[in-house]
Amino acid sequence: MNEKPEKLIDKKGIRSDGRKADELRPLKLQVGVLSNADGSAYIEHGKNKILAAAFGPREMHPKHLAMPDRMVLRCRYHMAPFSVQERKSPAPSRREVELSKVIKEALEPALFTELYPRTGVDVFVEVLQADGGTRCASITAAALAIADAGVPMRDLVVACAAGKIDDTVVLDLYDAEDKLGAADVPVAYMPSLNAITLLQMDGILTMQEFEKATNMALDGCRRIYEVQKEALKTKYMVVKEAGEE
Amino acid sequence: MSSLITKVRLKQIEQLLEKGKRLDGRGLRDYREIKIEQGLIERAEGSARCLLGKTEVLAGVKVETGEPFPDTPNEGVLTVNAELVPLASPNFEPGPPDENSIELARVVDRGIRESKAIDSEKLCIEPGKKVFVVFVDIYVLNHDGNLIDCSALAAMSALLNTKMPNYEIKDGELKIKQGYVSLPVKSRPITVTVAKINNTLIVDPWLEEEQVMDSRISMAINEEGNICAVQKGGSGYFTPQQILEASKIAQEKSVEIRKKLDW
Repeated sequence: MNEKPEKLIDKKGIRSDGRKADELRPLKLQVGVLSNADGSAYIEHGKNKILAAAFGPREMHPKHLAMPDRMVLRCRYHMAPFSVQERKSPAPSRREVELSKVIKEALEPALFTELYPRTGVDVFVEVLQADGGTRCASITAAALAIADAGVPMRDLVVACAAGKIDDTVVLDLYDAEDKLGAADVPVAYMPSLNAITLLQMDGILTMQEFEKATNMALDGCRRIYEVQKEALKTKYMVVKEAGEE
Repeated sequence: MSSLITKVRLKQIEQLLEKGKRLDGRGLRDYREIKIEQGLIERAEGSARCLLGKTEVLAGVKVETGEPFPDTPNEGVLTVNAELVPLASPNFEPGPPDENSIELARVVDRGIRESKAIDSEKLCIEPGKKVFVVFVDIYVLNHDGNLIDCSALAAMSALLNTKMPNYEIKDGELKIKQGYVSLPVKSRPITVTVAKINNTLIVDPWLEEEQVMDSRISMAINEEGNICAVQKGGSGYFTPQQILEASKIAQEKSVEIRKKLDW
């Protein structure tokens, strides 16, 4: 994963990893992978490998952080030292602190926080291998982990990025495209509610390109949403069948 | 945040917004008055103080020499840090930077970096070995809402005010010559924050509006009207239509603010 392609997209519109402009990377989602967590999920998105776990609603620790009128959602996004090319120090970087915050704010609109006063829900995300677009894959997995924990949700939250490489707007950037490309637009979305819960951008885009990239990312979200629902059903259909026997 | 007082306030703010008004008398698309003063810290290579209504941010620039990053051997280094100084608000506490100050610094950093505001190749002294490192330190002195826009203005004004050491290389040795040169600035991004309260979009939220808002979106816009950085914040959401509307507002407002500045 360290080879740097010379051209990110060729004349026929094929990208350096063989995908078309609006094609997603292979995606695999699994729910209920950790026995100690109240809810958990694992995602493989391209070469990204990410584990998410949810705990709660439970008593807040430390207690003074509890809110008298609602639940508090806490998130920690963390990258394993071996998840990237050069070893990353395990201490939380400024990037990880910011990502933890935006992931929390992307998931929070899905929760009925006012129904669980004085409690907390903790979400832990561990990136085991990174390949570009980890914040999006983390959100997709974290939403599944919360659902698996049995916390009522307005909708699942699903995330996907779009961006610009050379002069083309493309879906779901992988590592090299993210680093060498012109812009990256990660989006988190609740499809049933038509609500965008995370939107970031870096690079330079015209208004038209920005609109196109956002719409492309939303389209990617809708496709991942179907896989996400399927993953949740897969676990609970098995549970249901076992119960019926 | 959701104390009894803010809930009463929320109702008041919502009722006013329905009539297109705001608590402090502004229209929905009005910024507070912007005042910028440059060069007030003599010891810093560059400095600026920005007032956005009562929100006050001081930005200082220090320029030092250091090593470049291995992946960009012939480019200078930009570092942005933000301090939410305890004297600026009863809610700020001393200690290491929390998620809010890290987010603020990174959003301001992204606006400057992604718009290529600084010509970083001109900051290279010796490829792979020695470059200029530009430290931008954002000091929030009074918090009355919309720290992002105010800090971005202060940081950019401070960079435009920055004088670098004048140097030459003689026989492989770095010699500092007399006098100073301006920091090579290529672009001047302006960041505009749009907040959503009860499905109404407003610009430049002040403190009480921030306390009751659902969410906010900040966009850095360059001279050509292109978007260079975006950050959504807050625990609410936007519809895709609201995002488009916000980007148009940001574009219009950035033009309007740019006209008022003497950058």
